[in-house]
Amino acid sequence: MGAKAMGARVRRIEDPALLTGRAVFTDDIHLPGMLEAAFVRSTHAHARVRGVDASAAEAMPGVFKVVTTADLPADLRTVRVPFQVPNPAITQPFQQRLLEDEEVCFVGEPIAMVLAGTRYQAEDAAAAVAVDYEVLPAASDCRDALADAAGLCHAGSDNNLCAEFKLGYGDANAAFANAEHTFRVSLWSHRGAGLAIENRAVVAEPDTLRDVVTLWSATQSPFLVKQNVVDMLDWPADRLRVIAPEVGGGFGPKTVYYVEEALIPLCAMMFERPIKWVEDRRENFVATNQERDQYWDMALACDGEGKILAVRGTMIHDTGAYMPWGIISPYISATTVPGPYVVPAYELTTRVALTNKVAVTPVRGAGRPQAVFAMERLMDRAADGLGIDRAEIRRRNFIPAEAMPYSFGLIFRDGKPMTYDSGDYPRCQAEALALADYDGFADRQAKAEAEGRHVGIGIANFVEGTGLGPFEGATVRVHANGKITVYTGGGDSGQGHWTTLAQLCAEPLGVDPQDITVEVGDTGKIANGIGTFASRIAVNAGNSVHLAATSVREKAIKVASHLLEAAEEDLDIEDGRIFVKGVPDVSTTLRDVARAVRGMPGFSLPGGVEPGLESTEYFSPPQAAYCNGTAVVEVEVDPETGRVEILSFAMAHDSGNLINPFIVDGQVQGACAHGIGNTLLEWMGYDDDAQPLTTTFADYLLPGAPDVPRIDVVHVESPTPNNPLGVKGAGEGGTIPALAAIVAAVEDALGPFGIALDDVPIMPGRLAGLVGDARARMG
Amino acid sequence: MADRRRISVTINGDTYEREVETRLLLSDFIRHECELTGTHVGCEHGVCGACTILLDGMTARSCLMLAVQADGHELLTIEGIAPNEEELHPLQQAFMDNHGLQCGYCTPGMLTTLLEFLRDNPNPTEKEVRIAISGNLCRCTGYQGIVDAALDAAGRLRGEAGA
Repeated sequence: MGAKAMGARVRRIEDPALLTGRAVFTDDIHLPGMLEAAFVRSTHAHARVRGVDASAAEAMPGVFKVVTTADLPADLRTVRVPFQVPNPAITQPFQQRLLEDEEVCFVGEPIAMVLAGTRYQAEDAAAAVAVDYEVLPAASDCRDALADAAGLCHAGSDNNLCAEFKLGYGDANAAFANAEHTFRVSLWSHRGAGLAIENRAVVAEPDTLRDVVTLWSATQSPFLVKQNVVDMLDWPADRLRVIAPEVGGGFGPKTVYYVEEALIPLCAMMFERPIKWVEDRRENFVATNQERDQYWDMALACDGEGKILAVRGTMIHDTGAYMPWGIISPYISATTVPGPYVVPAYELTTRVALTNKVAVTPVRGAGRPQAVFAMERLMDRAADGLGIDRAEIRRRNFIPAEAMPYSFGLIFRDGKPMTYDSGDYPRCQAEALALADYDGFADRQAKAEAEGRHVGIGIANFVEGTGLGPFEGATVRVHANGKITVYTGGGDSGQGHWTTLAQLCAEPLGVDPQDITVEVGDTGKIANGIGTFASRIAVNAGNSVHLAATSVREKAIKVASHLLEAAEEDLDIEDGRIFVKGVPDVSTTLRDVARAVRGMPGFSLPGGVEPGLESTEYFSPPQAAYCNGTAVVEVEVDPETGRVEILSFAMAHDSGNLINPFIVDGQVQGACAHGIGNTLLEWMGYDDDAQPLTTTFADYLLPGAPDVPRIDVVHVESPTPNNPLGVKGAGEGGTIPALAAIVAAVEDALGPFGIALDDVPIMPGRLAGLVGDARARMG
Repeated sequence: MADRRRISVTINGDTYEREVETRLLLSDFIRHECELTGTHVGCEHGVCGACTILLDGMTARSCLMLAVQADGHELLTIEGIAPNEEELHPLQQAFMDNHGLQCGYCTPGMLTTLLEFLRDNPNPTEKEVRIAISGNLCRCTGYQGIVDAALDAAGRLRGEAGA
């Protein structure tokens, strides 16, 4: 089995525990003497806090303490969240405090924390904490926020512009001045919240004897949590161990660090009691980061054949009240626009607006769906304007496969010039078109039209920088009893890391993946780590496991050559046995080698090797690995109700070599579903005072099983030369083109009504309204 | 305020007698009083379906019931589905074989919902399966693995060879 582990459709090792209820999520942890926390959060988007009266709450049954700013150690009352990813373009990097007692800047900002014997008691008391607010004007829509007369997101600042940057290359203005044709679009591109079904959750267990705290958190990034907590609290690094146990979905918002993750271990140490806090769904809607509005004004210049000459425009990005993740999302948006096409000149000016809403940080896709929407809308406009088939105009502009590696003058978020490492974009589109039977669509549409039905088709291509550094490490250890464990830093929130990493470890060691234990997301188990985001684990941790397991194999063979008195090159490993090729009886086992290198008191180690049959590797990719793909979507639209039924969704996806196609298929299907929800149903609404309007699953609609079609996936495998396994990330690719492809298909279906769709989401009510307006216009 | 009642609830064949506040949600009773944490809570307003359990064989949202309402009733949760510690139920095995779960958080509600559905509809169409789980949200899978697992499980439960 071992030798064929890579690329095999291995069933998931983690499934039995999850299927029988044995798996432990953060809220499943019960500790003796544990207090439960509930938060008092701002009910206003922007207000000065004149006072907090907790006296009534503190007298309520079961209440242990109401923690306000005044209860914190003096040096922690004003400390702010460390700034994660600075960028010279950022002029106003506002960050949150542990608890706010002066100026609250979004609905949901924590003001006080109630600790009580039960969650019920804590919530009762939180409702009894009286906060005296002086309401201030709020910035809500990000376009208005940048206007002169706007309410200020933060009182005392000059304006709401927190970053501005221009990206590009070539002379776009000259290209436009001389172009035969130009096309322009104005787009509102809304993303939704991440909305993992498990909300955030934190449990802190203090050990005052040893002066350490164990923190369980439903996070994607236990190492980032640890680093931020010890930085913010100025703790010795060894005081804190962070464990991400089973995590019930991440999708981006659980990547970043939140103040609750510092406040709770701090109070656990101060009060010498374990503390649990589990976010409820309403809190998740107001206090967990989201992605939201971007407004794009974009233009494309091309010649009479539809060949692109230049793309230019402006974009406004809503970043919310604080920017813990800097300008990562809008920066990714700006660098994603050219995508798979030869764009000789490009210029985009991005302005980032502060608004009185919870912070914006990446959600699955991370700024890319919006950028792909902008580029693909332009391609559709150009195709329609010039009378060229929408697939054909894309074909005419693809970067050819033989041009790889391909650079075009942009700098990606990793600071490296954007160089597409590998990929065959024309082939990817061809595969997706074939899967969707694009050639047969005209007949299907004509038939539908004859029956009075409205069907349409849409195409979208994307290129996505995945597998970003700096690193993710792995230790592979063969214990002296022969058991094998892999340790790595990034947590798992459904990606199947245990299985995938076990496969990669199994192959060089010649064992079955089932025989390997994988421990992820525990800062106590490996020295360094980052986290599970940016489609980075297969590239970073995957290659580290591969390198570490290969190194363990080499050491095992070296030691075995001494034990067996055979030359290293004559040895092989299979099923945990190391044997002389052709003489299988002359053999030893990984277990015996592990015992030999554990040593015996007073004796030398065989062959002068280092002790222990283990290796730790930190693979650091030289640059992003660029995944790409094409979505072709066919829809039927009911013009009366605005309901969109997706008839087929074909996805050609190239994430390089596949470690486990069974798991990658699931990642692509799930990512497509996320994009479908974003496009057709999901809207995080705020009123003009920045008060959230959609804070339940009855107001904010997630796609259900009847809304999501079967996703047909075809894999094109262009291995990257930038890592030993040739793998690229696969977790987000499906989300990125879904929006653009679905909108194009819906617009095509509504062709008879002459509706241009430039705003998303296209919820049924909006769509039916547009049809009504069109009918009125048409008389 | 703390009006308390003594209740007796049978869960997965075991009887749990507890004195509880009348306002205690059934989901919290199962998870935190009985420490059967396999049932998950995702929204506490009855939409996501993760907390679905079987109450006398019928699906119920344990976040929309009070524990006292379950007094004298028989519950089945995810912990009680497998026949023993070594084996999986055919539905669980079908989930594993069809990649019907990723993070596993919605899984307890999916399994209980489908147990009831497949008992009442042993030979469903794909569309019927999708409607059956339309009250259970999954953010990971796009539902495809779940739907495939349900159809596969239906075959296994009907005893079809090779299913």
